[in-house]
Amino acid sequence: MNLPIAYPDSDFDIELRLLIEGIYLKYNYDFRNYSPASLKRRVAHALAQMECTTVSALQDRILHSPQHFLNLLQFLTVPVSEMFRDPAYFLAIRDKVVPILSTYPSLKIWIAGCSTGEEVYSLAILLHEEGLLERTLIYATDINPHSLQRAEDGIFPIEHLKLFTANYLAAGGKRAFSDYYTAAYGSAIFDRALRRQVTFADHSLATDSVFSETQFVSCRNVLIYFNRELQDRAFALFRESLCHRGFLGLGSKETVQFSAVSDQFESFARHERIFRKR
Amino acid sequence: MRPRLDPHRLQALVIGASAGGIDALMHVLPALPADCPIPVVVVVHLPENQPSLLPEVFGPRVDLEVKEADEKEPVEPGTIYFAPPGYHLLIERDRTFSLSVEAPVHYSRPAIDILFETAAAAYGPTLAAMLLTGANEDGAAGLAHVARLGGTVLIQDPDEARIATMPLAGLRAVGDQATVLPLASLALMLRALRTKESR
Ligand SMILES: C[S@@+](CC[C@H](N)C(=O)[O-])C[C@H]1O[C@@H](n2cnc3c(N)ncnc32)[C@H](O)[C@@H]1O
Repeated sequence: MNLPIAYPDSDFDIELRLLIEGIYLKYNYDFRNYSPASLKRRVAHALAQMECTTVSALQDRILHSPQHFLNLLQFLTVPVSEMFRDPAYFLAIRDKVVPILSTYPSLKIWIAGCSTGEEVYSLAILLHEEGLLERTLIYATDINPHSLQRAEDGIFPIEHLKLFTANYLAAGGKRAFSDYYTAAYGSAIFDRALRRQVTFADHSLATDSVFSETQFVSCRNVLIYFNRELQDRAFALFRESLCHRGFLGLGSKETVQFSAVSDQFESFARHERIFRKR
Repeated sequence: MRPRLDPHRLQALVIGASAGGIDALMHVLPALPADCPIPVVVVVHLPENQPSLLPEVFGPRVDLEVKEADEKEPVEPGTIYFAPPGYHLLIERDRTFSLSVEAPVHYSRPAIDILFETAAAAYGPTLAAMLLTGANEDGAAGLAHVARLGGTVLIQDPDEARIATMPLAGLRAVGDQATVLPLASLALMLRALRTKESR
């Protein structure tokens, strides 16, 4: 049986807080307001993979080696994504949001917490099919430089394509999904044209501020890792970035309802978790 | 000795089930009394991309409130919570729920292991965990955490389980720290989870 060492003893909890504080002081990555249970599991995983017996040993290592910190970041950030995850979300964007977005002469869209880019390519494909991609600028941001690089590369394991294709079709896809990628060496290499309008950038919802006005913000399955306080910080950024009557799309289990900005948004597509700035 | 759950000592019950799990839950969940003083949190392995309908299925058959757990929601007594499909369900030490899309564990998201591990950290010796029928080994590592922190471990009798793989893996992980019982006896134990002593 492969039990994470020392987890979940209280020593672990103390050391975890010290680690998070140390990371903040040294690298300015702020995990202090993340939900602890998941963070703890991921650090326990990192311990096993990075062959440290205690969190303190891990802390010693990452404080003195940025390379080891980067390794740890892969565990802390949950780089898990999927193209057209929750097809109904993308279908609602296509059917309900796009008709309104197409009334703007030019568009700016912010995908916050884009991870390895699956959501970015999904949205780019959708906008392309709806004739909007050419006049859109997409900002795709994340705190994990490794994920951002992979997002920019646009190369995904071929074995995921079956799921991605099914999702694409369920999301109202209009072509053959294989039109968008070339298969080679066990990978699907996505068409470069899809990212011509995309700017990938390092940006933290925990420490950075708004960088542009946008008409649509998509931030999915990122806020579930934040405590309420940090969620409110992120929502305030989205509200500030969005233009009057701009759209905010969230993950299928996320809502603005209990946040500090709840009265500044209205529900636009309730089940698909798309909100609109009042 | 007939094993017994003490409603005054227990603060939460977590249940994991996979293949054959809905039928098994049909035997145990309806046994919970209306004045059950603790929360009951359930992970059932189901396909990711469809609504689970578990609250709709079980709602009419049990005396407690039944719902899908929401992120940040306080874990309340007298309520049965199901994990939403496609998300891991975690319990924080402050006894609220968290969700995560981290990679599936034993091909499953939600994973029983993650619920059990985090619940063990939140409730320690006041947790009871129940592992039912299933065709993979999810839940076994979680049970080991529960046992290590002094919680109560209940496993469906593998001889009776629709698929014995999961109960057997659970048994291997915790050995004689587990109480092994058929569904009918597990249901009897749950029936005793009431605020007032039964007359
Ligand atoms: C589970 S992924 C979500 C990917 C994608 N949006 C989806 O729904 O499939 C969560 C992402 O949030 C990013 N993240 C975590 N904290 C962040 C922060 N403070 N600011 C921006 N992104 C963050 C992580 O690096 C990770 O890539």
